[in-house]
Amino acid sequence: MYKTPCSRLSGLVGASVKQKLVQNVLRCNQTARGLIQLHRRDPSDRPTYQHLSFLKRQYVAKNNSELLQRAVPKHVPVLTIVDERDDSVEMRVERIPTIDPVVTGPAPQSEAVARTTQPEVGPAAAAQKDVASRSTAAISHETPHIQVESDEAREARLDRQWKQLKVNVADLPDIYARLAKIKLTALVVTTAAAGYAMAPVPFDPLIFFVATLGTGLASCCANSINQYFEVPFDSNMNRTKNRPLVRGQISPLHAVSFALACGVPGVALLTLAVNPLTGFLGALNIVLYTCCYTPLKRLSITNTWVGAVVGAIPPIMGWTAAAGCLEPGALLLGGFLYSWQFPHFNALSWNLREDYSRGGYRMMSVTHPGMCRRVALRHSLALGGLAALAPALGVTTWTFPVVSLPINLYISLLAFRFYRQGDRGSARKLFFCSLWHLPMLLLLALTCKKPRADQAADAAPPPAAASPLALQS
Amino acid sequence: MSARCLTRRSLRPVALLAPPRPHTASAVIGRFCSSAQTQRVKAAKRSTFRPAAGSTHDWIGPPNPLSNLRPIVYHVAEDESELEGRLRRLRQETEDWNHNFWTQQNITFTKEKDAFIISHLKAEGLTVRDEQGRRRSLGCEDMATFYKSFLDTNRTRHVNYNKEWYRRNFTITLLMARVALSDMWRTVTRKKNSSSTSS
Repeated sequence: MYKTPCSRLSGLVGASVKQKLVQNVLRCNQTARGLIQLHRRDPSDRPTYQHLSFLKRQYVAKNNSELLQRAVPKHVPVLTIVDERDDSVEMRVERIPTIDPVVTGPAPQSEAVARTTQPEVGPAAAAQKDVASRSTAAISHETPHIQVESDEAREARLDRQWKQLKVNVADLPDIYARLAKIKLTALVVTTAAAGYAMAPVPFDPLIFFVATLGTGLASCCANSINQYFEVPFDSNMNRTKNRPLVRGQISPLHAVSFALACGVPGVALLTLAVNPLTGFLGALNIVLYTCCYTPLKRLSITNTWVGAVVGAIPPIMGWTAAAGCLEPGALLLGGFLYSWQFPHFNALSWNLREDYSRGGYRMMSVTHPGMCRRVALRHSLALGGLAALAPALGVTTWTFPVVSLPINLYISLLAFRFYRQGDRGSARKLFFCSLWHLPMLLLLALTCKKPRADQAADAAPPPAAASPLALQS
Repeated sequence: MSARCLTRRSLRPVALLAPPRPHTASAVIGRFCSSAQTQRVKAAKRSTFRPAAGSTHDWIGPPNPLSNLRPIVYHVAEDESELEGRLRRLRQETEDWNHNFWTQQNITFTKEKDAFIISHLKAEGLTVRDEQGRRRSLGCEDMATFYKSFLDTNRTRHVNYNKEWYRRNFTITLLMARVALSDMWRTVTRKKNSSSTSS
């Protein structure tokens, strides 16, 4: 589902034939074939957000491509391009997306992509010497491709990809959005808003707005600092290599200034306009994320638990913003987020094990795979348990455990399958389930929120609608 | 000052990986076309890109195929102050150091991974390539043993790299801040001087 065949096809069609460069590849005594490299990405690859956005840009293709046209005496099945030397040196790096950029040239492409296979080992060995002249080859373990490009063309193409390290003001909003991981921030703000809405107090739109704004700013700050710390690691992982600092769109100083410009007003807003407890929690969360979680990612698997706490704090902040103090209900909501993190993150990291290992990240999925699956299952079941706890703490009515049972059962089922099978498919399913499970759970909690029966004057109507404004006194 | 510590501790780029730059394109091509892995490593290290003469900015290039880090060509201003020079040299040195680390990491990873796969296949009595000539790959669980062992064997190296990277990152950012402030100060004083001389 991460493939974008259309954009790849345009890359294919754009490759050009360069006849005059035949001499450069005389070393290849294979029968000629022009092959467009189509890097078939493993469908279980990570979220496509970054991939799709850089597909639009001409990204460096590790695989140089050139269509080679030569007189072919007879059609010979082409050899496997799998060149051990190429592979061993550059296989890993080739996996970083290798969408062939459109090579501008007048001649149309003459051949389509072809897979090459060679039954015997002997000719393959000979092929390797020739293949060595092609500088790189993208390898997924089952689809070898050949790509040939003249070295001058390759140099020219790479030269074109040099960019000035100058801030383009028009791009800044987009850059800031990516620096602050705007989608993640939006999710964090949503959980904080849910925390606010679940608190048994009259709804105050101003405080609600200020609290969510402050939480959002704090989250932007934390995310920016995280990216600032992790530039070389992000460069080496497929999922993260299009981040603004990795690409040099802004300088590290700029990123830190942006983080401070978000974090300081955010925490100040929370402390002064809402209440000091919420401000403290916001600052604590920033510190936990940037100074504990980020370094711990490379030191020990406990980073996942710290990360779960980081995720649990925003709804607690929302609640304290409304109620002014830490109550069991706040901790329950935090508990939902805490438990949710494990099936979410463990499933995500399951399919990223190679990247994590190469990048030096210590994650449960790499170092303790059995524990990874056990913990995911355990916490999926815990979600159901916490839902049952909600009426006991007076956060919701008894209907909540009932209506949330189906989704809790479903995620537990997927977690159980992940536990038993432990393969990429079940991990992916669990991850995607977790993405909709959380908003659904919060929404159901909101609709089952216990009405405040203590004040007859502002007896809220049964919260059938999810809109918190209906509860305004 | 941490800069002193850094110079003391600075890694001289390994000769293998850092040829004098720039080198000619043909040399690059020649090396690329040889099948020796180390030569390819050498060639891939430095690009021959040079920005246009009138450029006043740094330039950043495509990711290096081995280390996945983007090289930067730093602009040297004529009136570069001592602070700016220090910053530029520190950034260049950090870039080289980073590049060396990640190149080594990636190469080691791929080599060890292949060795692991081959030894595993041999242990199971399978050939490296299957009937269609494609390379066999191992299942997730088998590879997981390798990933874990890779992390464990390299743990100390990673920890040391992290510490050094954080230190360098902070120093560079602090220097950048100082440079930015001193630039601002220079601009302000220059304006004041020009306004006082003109009046």
